[in-house]
Amino acid sequence: MSERLQFKGTRNYIASPELQEIVNVACDLERPLLIRGEPGTGKTVLAKAVAEALNLPLLTWHVKSTSKAQDGLYVYDTVQRLNDSRFGTGEVQDIKRYIKLGPLGKSFQASERSVVLIDEIDKADLEFPNDLLHELDVMSFYIPETGETITAGKRPVVIISSNAEKELPDAFLRRCIFHYIAFPEADEMRRILKVHHPQVEEKLISQSLVRFYWLREQSEIRKKPSTSELVDWIGALVRGGIEPKQLEKELPFLGVLLKKESDMQALRQGQRRNSRF
Amino acid sequence: MFVDFMYQLRSYGLKVSSNEWQTLLQALERGHAAESLNRFYYLARAICCRTELDYDAFDRCFAEFFEGITYSESLKDEFNEWLKNAKPPRALTAEEKAAMQALGLDELKDMFEQRMREQKERHDGGNRWVGTGGTSPFGSGGYNPAGIRVGEGGGMSALQVASQRLFRNFRSDVIIDTRQIGLALRKLRHWGREGHAAELDLEASIEATGRNAGDITLMFRPERKNNQKLLLLMDVGGSMTYHTQICEQLFSAAYKSVHFKEFRYYYFHNCPYDFMFTDMEQQKRVLTRDLLQTLDSTWLLIFVGDAAMAPYELTEVGGAIDYFQQNAETGLTWIDRLRKHFPCSVWLNPEPAAYWQRPSNQLIRTVIPDMFPMSLQGIDEAIAALKRMKQKRE
Repeated sequence: MSERLQFKGTRNYIASPELQEIVNVACDLERPLLIRGEPGTGKTVLAKAVAEALNLPLLTWHVKSTSKAQDGLYVYDTVQRLNDSRFGTGEVQDIKRYIKLGPLGKSFQASERSVVLIDEIDKADLEFPNDLLHELDVMSFYIPETGETITAGKRPVVIISSNAEKELPDAFLRRCIFHYIAFPEADEMRRILKVHHPQVEEKLISQSLVRFYWLREQSEIRKKPSTSELVDWIGALVRGGIEPKQLEKELPFLGVLLKKESDMQALRQGQRRNSRF
Repeated sequence: MFVDFMYQLRSYGLKVSSNEWQTLLQALERGHAAESLNRFYYLARAICCRTELDYDAFDRCFAEFFEGITYSESLKDEFNEWLKNAKPPRALTAEEKAAMQALGLDELKDMFEQRMREQKERHDGGNRWVGTGGTSPFGSGGYNPAGIRVGEGGGMSALQVASQRLFRNFRSDVIIDTRQIGLALRKLRHWGREGHAAELDLEASIEATGRNAGDITLMFRPERKNNQKLLLLMDVGGSMTYHTQICEQLFSAAYKSVHFKEFRYYYFHNCPYDFMFTDMEQQKRVLTRDLLQTLDSTWLLIFVGDAAMAPYELTEVGGAIDYFQQNAETGLTWIDRLRKHFPCSVWLNPEPAAYWQRPSNQLIRTVIPDMFPMSLQGIDEAIAALKRMKQKRE
């Protein structure tokens, strides 16, 4: 292929070199890219960044527990048609008017290449990914109601995010390029924070990073704070006018980082134990 | 050589097939990762791993596979050969050749050797650090101060990454969290339509309306509900004390789980007999016969126990370890009765499978052959077995 897409992250999204590499491989091999990782590591944002960097339109399909594979391709609005036929409004003869394409369907039909995000695929029923296998393989589908076949002119870049709530079927996984977004190390985190809080002074960021990684290391804490929570926390610290020095002794606005009552308690108990030494 | 690598991955339990191999070759043909071991590592990992649980096995395999080369006497020859035979010659585009030459073979070899040496040091250290409770080897402040920067593109070398085994915690045979057991249990969910018809059945309505010459006819059906029922029988006391933590995790996962219509649990000591207990202190009794009466065969049964006891506790009348049991029938009879009553039943054993050659364990397995270790993987397998048993009955 002559026009090879090159993804290098965007101004607002820091992608690690291996992630850049893997996005490029997936684009090039035209395979779906399956992204997993802790909540808050930027799985969903990745698709936006890829679309922005490659200058392609983004179509998002938020999967819910009730989603069916066909919804992503098209929906036949039978109730509307029935209603129209009863009350004599609209052109009931034209079945096409009642066929509504889903995000995948739209991306196949579009004349230009697009990025499709299938967000949180594991939310849906266990059979969901299997039902999509064929469509993702050949990038075309048939609408029996109209006798139409929609084939992708330009195969879209498909990015799939999963929270590992359900295991995905093997046959599906085999077709995907897989990447696990590991939790960023301090260095990378610093770069991410720079993007979100360009004005914040270095000292506050360093100090809060130390405290943040310390917090993540506490074994009592079940729901570990993630990147997005850290970004919010630093925002809160700035607005609250907290000095870097204060962070050494206490953790203000802890509610931004810890979302579970039991974690708060565990931390308080742990601190009491430590203060004895 | 890649074929060997694939077979080695398979021996590490990664389910790679010719499909992945071809994808990998295709990617290499298209010039991905051709000039860098680093990029090859990430590329192969993305293609060969299906979940982050595979990452650790991949890392170990990668480290071993490429480490072995360093230690052989003919390092240079082998490495040369690898570079030459990495892919079919026809796959080399002019672009790739240029890229390889640009790096310089000697330079690359030296880098490789040096990296290997340093990697060995870090390998030991890394293992030790990771070993202590799975904390990050880097602590809160630092970022791998000894990390080697590779000329093109930066970052750690693939072998270093591989040998650090950062993804060790994802290994499926290590228990991590209640939530993960919860997720495993979730697979037991069984949806069925039962009870009051409260949901509009659109398709049936359309069908009926069509048959009714267009006059709208509404059809209803019962809602889809999870109707799985789980009975958990847990061995407590004695040798099970060592396994308290993991048993608690399983219990709390099942208890908190919303995936069961009903969940009941009882305790026994070593083996269930005429009665079991509703509390861990073994004070409040419940007759096993009553349980068999009230719970029907659709219940799933999970035994949890180390199956470690004197054989006579299973084979003799009155053989129970606690004098108050005074069992009139042997323990094995009771287990067999439970198994026959609940055809969908498995045994989870918190002891590693290596200890399973005890006579008492083997006796129990004559009645319940489906015994699984209580690791995440074992629980997964147990649940898959339960599902199979259930499906067979439907």
